Amino acid sequence: MPSRILQAWNAEAVDLALVPVLPVEAFQQIVADTVTAGGRMSAYFGRPAGDGMVDVTAVLADDSQGKLGVLATRMGKSCASLAAECPSLQLFERELYEQCGVRPEGHPWLKPVRFEPPLAEGVDPFGRRADPRVIPGDYPFFRVEGEEVHEVAVGPVHAGIIEPGHFRFQCHGEHVFFLEIALGYQHRGAERLLAGGPDRRTLALVESVAGDTVVGHGLAYVNAVEGLAGCQIPPRAAVLRGVALELERLANHVGDLGMLAGDVGFLPTASYCGALRADFLNALAEVCGNRFGRGLLVPGGVRFDLDSGAADRLADKVQKAWESVEAAARLFFDSPSARNRTDGTGVVTRDLCNQLGLVGPAARACGVSRDVRRDHATGVFRFVHVPTVTGETGDVFARAWVRLMESERSAEFAVRQLRSLPAGPVRAPCAPPVAGRLVVSLMEGWRGEIAHVAVTGGDGRFARYKIKDPSFHNWMGLAMALRGEQISDFPLCNKSFNLSYCGHDL
Amino acid sequence: MIDDLVNIVRFRTRFGRQTVAYPEGPARFPERFRGRPALDPARCPDGCRSCADACPTDAILDPGRPTMRLDTGRCLFCPACEQACPEGAIRFTRDYRLSARTRDELVLSEDAPRLAAAVEERVRGVLGRALRLRQVSAGGCNGCEAELNASGNIQFDLSRFGVQFVASPRHADGIVVTGPVTENMRLAALKTWEATPAPRIVIAVGACALSGGVFRDSPVQANGMPGLPEIPVDLWVPGCPPHPITFMDGVLRLLGRVAGDELRLAGTGIVGPASPG
Repeated sequence: MPSRILQAWNAEAVDLALVPVLPVEAFQQIVADTVTAGGRMSAYFGRPAGDGMVDVTAVLADDSQGKLGVLATRMGKSCASLAAECPSLQLFERELYEQCGVRPEGHPWLKPVRFEPPLAEGVDPFGRRADPRVIPGDYPFFRVEGEEVHEVAVGPVHAGIIEPGHFRFQCHGEHVFFLEIALGYQHRGAERLLAGGPDRRTLALVESVAGDTVVGHGLAYVNAVEGLAGCQIPPRAAVLRGVALELERLANHVGDLGMLAGDVGFLPTASYCGALRADFLNALAEVCGNRFGRGLLVPGGVRFDLDSGAADRLADKVQKAWESVEAAARLFFDSPSARNRTDGTGVVTRDLCNQLGLVGPAARACGVSRDVRRDHATGVFRFVHVPTVTGETGDVFARAWVRLMESERSAEFAVRQLRSLPAGPVRAPCAPPVAGRLVVSLMEGWRGEIAHVAVTGGDGRFARYKIKDPSFHNWMGLAMALRGEQISDFPLCNKSFNLSYCGHDL
Repeated sequence: MIDDLVNIVRFRTRFGRQTVAYPEGPARFPERFRGRPALDPARCPDGCRSCADACPTDAILDPGRPTMRLDTGRCLFCPACEQACPEGAIRFTRDYRLSARTRDELVLSEDAPRLAAAVEERVRGVLGRALRLRQVSAGGCNGCEAELNASGNIQFDLSRFGVQFVASPRHADGIVVTGPVTENMRLAALKTWEATPAPRIVIAVGACALSGGVFRDSPVQANGMPGLPEIPVDLWVPGCPPHPITFMDGVLRLLGRVAGDELRLAGTGIVGPASPG
């Protein structure tokens, strides 16, 4: 990582004045060089500067060194696009255009991200707000022309109990040439509501960025504000937080294995995993009263403690649930008819994965070993290593298998930690954030890398709070995985990624 | 092949019956489960605002006065007010019965159960034994959606009562709306409702659909179903998200399949009451 940019650890607050503000060309050169050399963009966002200019900040992750690089520049109405040479930047550039109006000239796919109103007063870059009836999806889709080529439109309201999104397929019979995914239906204005915080609503808001990743996003937030306040949490709190994060991972992975089995019509695993998922949700509810872990976290620690007998009983329960999951999953993975549907379906190559900058199990299934818990460890993960699991084939099978294998590691971790909770309190006082600071907080949610970036103004309030859900990286992975596949395999491919609509739409 | 089948049967036998005893038998919740809040304004020091100042969604009305009430349409059922109150004037009971037939009924005072009344006999006759629902997520965070999905799993098994989620509004007798109704979903929500044949039932689920929840007053959403007056709501189900049993209780009461005020709770879970953290 070049020495000209500010280096920081995960969740370490830095003085905003120390973030180098570079000329646009130098800024873009560093970004392009780092990404081309295998670094990753973890966050990229703008703040309207008031004079028609935009303060742009980039966070680059060096996973091998566990370091984050922060750099800034000031952009006007446009800049050159880097997306053609660095495809992983394509959505970041579109987001900056939609939120702040910086047009990436030469961008190969300059379409709206989530149909949100711009952050600064002024004209909507895409000219949509003039007509209030305009809804997401009402924009020029990519089309394949030709005899017998047809288009299939799905959504926003889906057949199951699923969040809204629009999928547009270009097909020839069953064969999918191209899938375009239009999102934004879930846009609730989360970042805008977070600005000016922290206040009594902030924690509940970050817990609602993605309701299946309450602990993941919640932890990214509390780590960020603790960094800004210089707060050290007690060891017992750190361990309980880690256990909650892994229980969340278990619940989602196990539930999705069941859904995958359901999508290929393999009902035993579908039924059993659906029920077993509840054991992990209920374990979270035993700790904090809510099946999704809402209300557990608080800046400075956790709101609920367990006595030693209760912790042991919870460990037993998790252990027993895991043993049943293993048996239920084995039925699925041992079934030739189920494997016939998963093996070789929806392949993402390792090269494509790196180009797109995929994260989480979707990346690990391609053999790309990437895990915030290991690469940018915070909290209990500094002291206890959860082994990272990778696959090879990048297909539905690999994504399912990686999720089963890492569930096993998560269960081991949760059981062991519950049986050896450190003594002491679970909450420490946490002061308000220090003014004029920037903090980057990464967390490995069950879908992959969550990034929160908080910038405090002169009053110690959030001048900007940027959220990046792992799905922001991975939706393009799903679109690419469908190319050349059969349209009937879409539900299966979709579930193997199981990306967040609301986490993307914010 | 035969081995596979034998393994499946063996697992099935060992796994046993999973379906919950509710509603014939008691419902089971963890000790720390937060259900219907009970208020005791007699304990409130005059003018105290500790609970209201901690509440993320302004759910507490008239704090520190004898008229104190709590709007469960806004409540996230988080522990903030209970932990902030110095006098124990607010506590969350494990009463899972929270649904109401009107928005106003969601405002609770003191310690009284909330029991939704059944829909009129005429509609019950048509839908009471086979209710097909279409789900519309209009900005939901996937929390309510996850619990609605769970209500159909082998544990809660809502389909035992003839209640199922279907793939098209044309097949449906009603819709279930979650989320604060984002501007970007308003049209799709309306169209889904219009495409559902009458008589149709509308169920709003979760704090967001009831009031905007944590997203209340964000300019890109409608503050939930009250902001979409074209669609009349028949059942309001509070929670963030509502527990599957809370949702089931509401629907079954609406259909007249559960009645009366008996609260049946099983012994609690494996962890004791919350110690202040």
